[in-house]
Amino acid sequence: MSILEIVIVTLIKVVVIVGTMLVTVAYLVYFERKVSAWAQNRIGPNRVGWHGALQPFADLFKLVLKEDIVPDNADRKIHALAPVIALLVALSTYAVIPFGPDLQIGDYNIPLLVADVNIGVLFILALTSLGVYAITLAGWSSGSKYSLLGGIRSSAQMISYEVSMGFSVAGVLLLSESLRPVAIVESQSGWMWNAIVQPIGFITFLVSAFAETNRLPFDLPEAEPELVGGFHTEYSSMKFAGFFLAEYANMIMASAFIATLYLGGWQIPYIEKLGLSPILETLLCFGGFLFKMALLLFFFLWVRWSLPRFRYDQLMNLGWKVMFPLSLINLIWVALLIMLFGL
Amino acid sequence: METKTKRRRIKDLNFWEKIYVPEIIKGLSLTLRTMFKPKFTMEYPEVKFEPTGSYRGRPVLVQEENGVERCVACGLCSRVCPALAIEVQAAETELEKERYPEKFEINMLRCIFCGFCEEVCPEEAIVMSKDYELAFTNREEAIYGKDKLLIPVSKLQDRIDFLRQYK
Repeated sequence: MSILEIVIVTLIKVVVIVGTMLVTVAYLVYFERKVSAWAQNRIGPNRVGWHGALQPFADLFKLVLKEDIVPDNADRKIHALAPVIALLVALSTYAVIPFGPDLQIGDYNIPLLVADVNIGVLFILALTSLGVYAITLAGWSSGSKYSLLGGIRSSAQMISYEVSMGFSVAGVLLLSESLRPVAIVESQSGWMWNAIVQPIGFITFLVSAFAETNRLPFDLPEAEPELVGGFHTEYSSMKFAGFFLAEYANMIMASAFIATLYLGGWQIPYIEKLGLSPILETLLCFGGFLFKMALLLFFFLWVRWSLPRFRYDQLMNLGWKVMFPLSLINLIWVALLIMLFGL
Repeated sequence: METKTKRRRIKDLNFWEKIYVPEIIKGLSLTLRTMFKPKFTMEYPEVKFEPTGSYRGRPVLVQEENGVERCVACGLCSRVCPALAIEVQAAETELEKERYPEKFEINMLRCIFCGFCEEVCPEEAIVMSKDYELAFTNREEAIYGKDKLLIPVSKLQDRIDFLRQYK
């Protein structure tokens, strides 16, 4: 394909993915409220639109109209910069996640991912590490002790759980022998999903993902009874909306990443035996990927409203003394599997 | 004597219980089961809450079948009201009761819905109805005169039965 065609196709993919993700983030807020309501024997929002489906737009509208308050002691430039970094990191990671197999339209072979970077996994891990900056800067620049404490706690938590996340990913990489997300997906053919081959790694990665996105049971840095809102106490209006959206975008990205690494990406086992046309197969696989993401997102929401919160020292204890050794054990397990069964 | 369940100490827990896996699974399954049970939300304003006879809503004057209020304008409710919300002006009438309230006003912004006026009334002429939907747009609108306070006795039978039984 010529340069022009490549540029146009990529632009279309970027617009589709960013647009879809922004809408999905807004609707994830709505679903969180609905799921939390069902878990508490009540109906969630159901006044705005059909069954409350337009509620995210009402929320967004309200947030836009609010007054933007910046405290006196705050460092204004960094105060404004922090949510931008958070959103940037959250949205950039979608560039390397494969949403489906190649789409064959006529002559064109379009891979369903924006950038086929051959260090894709490292790219995502690096960007999530940058996300820590956003929270630290937010906590520090707000000029208030609760924000500072919340920011410090949150960044310490995220850094500790990145260690076990990295080692769990190393377990996956041993099997796929490549950092390309496409290669990782393709190495999980048939029923050999990584969640089944390395269950310990799956569990440590899942727990670390909860800690990375600051979701319950690891959300002490932003818990209201503890720290009045932690690092985003002093934020209002669109900057708060930025953090809010960034948290949910991180959640969606984490579930997409887990689906890619551990649940076989877009693969549906034995779908080629049905002998469907390639375009239909691609669409089904795409739908399968979205279904896996949706299941994981439901799991995120479900856990939030079921489990109690970890105290900060229990959290750090878990991260360093339990998750880290478990991820090392997982590495040894995978190495043994490769040695014994020649995977 | 019933046997007490022995509280188990940390050393009595088996491995899975120590890492809280059974507890987590129990918690998650409870939440999941609750998601499919019927919801308790009453979708106001399509579905309104119907209170029982013992409910203390806003105070109303009882209007007999022939359209005359039972009130004899004795002024007891006005004296006992802790919030000074009631104003009564008595006048003469040709009926057997000889007195009637020419002006009877309750300031709903002062009323605290305590029910003292209902308790002290010798004629069972003022009762607490079941009405709880009060919304005004200005202060003058909140002073209810006789036109808003007279309610036919057939609608207040629940409250009158409750009063006769319990008070």
